[in-house]
Amino acid sequence: MSDLAGTLIPIVDLRRNQPRFRGLEAGHLACLGCGQALAARLVTEAAGPDVVVANATGCLEVFTTAWPQSAWRVPWLHSLFENAAAVASGMEAALKAQGKSAKVLAFGGDGGTFDIGFQALSGMLERGHNVLYVCFDNEAYMNTGVQRSSSTPHAAMTTTSPPGKARMGKRHLKKDIISIIAAHNIPYAATASVAYPSDIRKKVRRALEIDGPAFINIHSPCPLGWGHDGSLSIEVARLAVECGLFPVVELERGALTGTMPLRAPRPVTDYLKPQQRFAHLFQNDPRAREELEHLQALADYNIETYGLRGERPDPLDSAGADTVRRGGVRWA
Amino acid sequence: MLQALEGSQAIAQAVALCRPQVVAAYPITPQTHIVEGLARLIADGKLQCELVSVESEFSAASVALGAVAAGSRVYTASASQGILLMSEVLYNIAGLRVPLVMTCANRAVSAPLSIWNDQQDSMAVRDAGWIQLYCADNQEAVDTTVQAYRIAERTELPVMVCVDGFTLTHTLEPLEIPPQDQVDAFLPPFRFARALDPSYPVSSGTLVSPEYYTEARHAHHQALLRAKDEIVAADSDWAVLTGRASGGLLQVDGPDDARVAILTLGSVFGTLLDAREEYPQLGPVKLIKLRAFRPFPVEALQQVCVGLSDVIVLERALSPGSGGIAGAEVRAALAELPAAPRVHNFAAGLGGRDVPLDIYPRLLAATQSASPVRFAILDVELDKLPVEDR
Repeated sequence: MSDLAGTLIPIVDLRRNQPRFRGLEAGHLACLGCGQALAARLVTEAAGPDVVVANATGCLEVFTTAWPQSAWRVPWLHSLFENAAAVASGMEAALKAQGKSAKVLAFGGDGGTFDIGFQALSGMLERGHNVLYVCFDNEAYMNTGVQRSSSTPHAAMTTTSPPGKARMGKRHLKKDIISIIAAHNIPYAATASVAYPSDIRKKVRRALEIDGPAFINIHSPCPLGWGHDGSLSIEVARLAVECGLFPVVELERGALTGTMPLRAPRPVTDYLKPQQRFAHLFQNDPRAREELEHLQALADYNIETYGLRGERPDPLDSAGADTVRRGGVRWA
Repeated sequence: MLQALEGSQAIAQAVALCRPQVVAAYPITPQTHIVEGLARLIADGKLQCELVSVESEFSAASVALGAVAAGSRVYTASASQGILLMSEVLYNIAGLRVPLVMTCANRAVSAPLSIWNDQQDSMAVRDAGWIQLYCADNQEAVDTTVQAYRIAERTELPVMVCVDGFTLTHTLEPLEIPPQDQVDAFLPPFRFARALDPSYPVSSGTLVSPEYYTEARHAHHQALLRAKDEIVAADSDWAVLTGRASGGLLQVDGPDDARVAILTLGSVFGTLLDAREEYPQLGPVKLIKLRAFRPFPVEALQQVCVGLSDVIVLERALSPGSGGIAGAEVRAALAELPAAPRVHNFAAGLGGRDVPLDIYPRLLAATQSASPVRFAILDVELDKLPVEDR
């Protein structure tokens, strides 16, 4: 190294020669234990440097680019909340017209994807743009201070779905976005979870191999909004998968082609209990018990519908991670 | 060689001559023929271009934004509700300093629903940070479209070329479509310095704190003010090449000794030229065509209004509860003159209402009034309204 001291290395060479490419660098302003920051790093790592990113308004945009700083090592553009898919469509059309090969990524949260940007996303999928759209699903409007979105789970507490005498949290169901996306009959649609990094990498690579629109919804815990300790993000995310409330699946041209099997599904209460947003469901209240049964029924329905109950062992990167957390302290 | 062409077809041909790489649009009357014309040119292989037929105007503007950001020359067009739906994106495009050209086929805004012409739509987004150029006829629409790309790309500002819906877009006029080599000589290939490029990654559209936002707004305002020079230069260079000029920032027609002027935007200028010939007994009158509304040509306007006693502003939009939009700006600009002319302000031709030749004597009657007419809508037929709305 010493003979390199004082040598100017062109930025292009520097980036090419990194042992592992990181599209999203450390030093950004995300909260401790932010699932979205981790997911975005994993996605950009797997996608590599030859990409262009369109980012919707939201936490990811805000915590990565407080001017004059930026945590991005890939060309990145934020336009508005509801148009990431359309901006990405334009980028793809332009690169195609110029005969360039860079892959276009679009990033949004569940607010920008399930709700306000849904029309633009549907249009992008229908027109067949060669774009990978990644939704970082943290199940509420976190950037504005935890308001309910159409992705917020049934009965969860947010600041606009507070539990009280007349309500038990959000009254409506979490929107089944992956079925809606798959109904566009796009080449590849998948769900993933930050608890399974190698699964995210695999799915990003798979999506980028495809010529055409691809979509990945990544379940990304928000310690602030969900009300759990930042050190538990991975465990909480894993429990969402293991109880069946967040099924990890792949759909190609609308048909189910892959699932992450659950050898021994956990009860939903294992997942709900560590999170403050479900605390009202653990009070001595018949309505609470009813909602817990409702949520268990939703998980059972997912397990049934996607055939998640598997004979095969759990994925390798699942083993043990829900019982041993960093530092070797047990948590169950 | 003059050809008889519908305005929309002429604009489509002018756009094609600028060699756009991406066109994104959503149909809306009276813009449709322009984009249909481009789609036909692409289908016939006469234009190599990605046509993105989006699901809304919001996405049309967003696709256009993304495509320019990725380094392509891009075109879009809209009108009325479409302009309002894309208004959030229009502000964003301008703030990102994305050089884009769009046609606004001017149309009234709902409610009540009207598909016919006025200029409420483009006036509603006058503060979005775009350059706005208003065309008086279809030859200007063709020439201004070509000029708009040079202005946009040199200033890194978006340009909205405003053409009156139906009056221009659906009207056949004899006009000249420039040959390709002429346009190529005028408009070099687009190179966007901030194009998104994996080998030189930049972040744009970032969050800024109060420490920087004011500076960003200042820089944008200055860029628009400086764009006046590029607008003038583009028009004069185009005139050298083609022999046709569209007036730069504004155009004055009439005798030097005239003490009265009528100022307007868009195709009504032609009506007033004809009307002046029809009523020669009404004395010398200057007609001013305001071509650039943004940037607003304060100095140029002051210059041509020195020595006038009355300036009558006729516009096809209003700010309800306030009055005229262009009128207020003209009044503010001329108030700085030592012997400021009186400014009268009228709106007419709203929602496609015909602007007849006899509007001319009625406008000039204002000069006889004891005090300036602050604002009035002409041709209101009060008997159509319930008594309480009159």
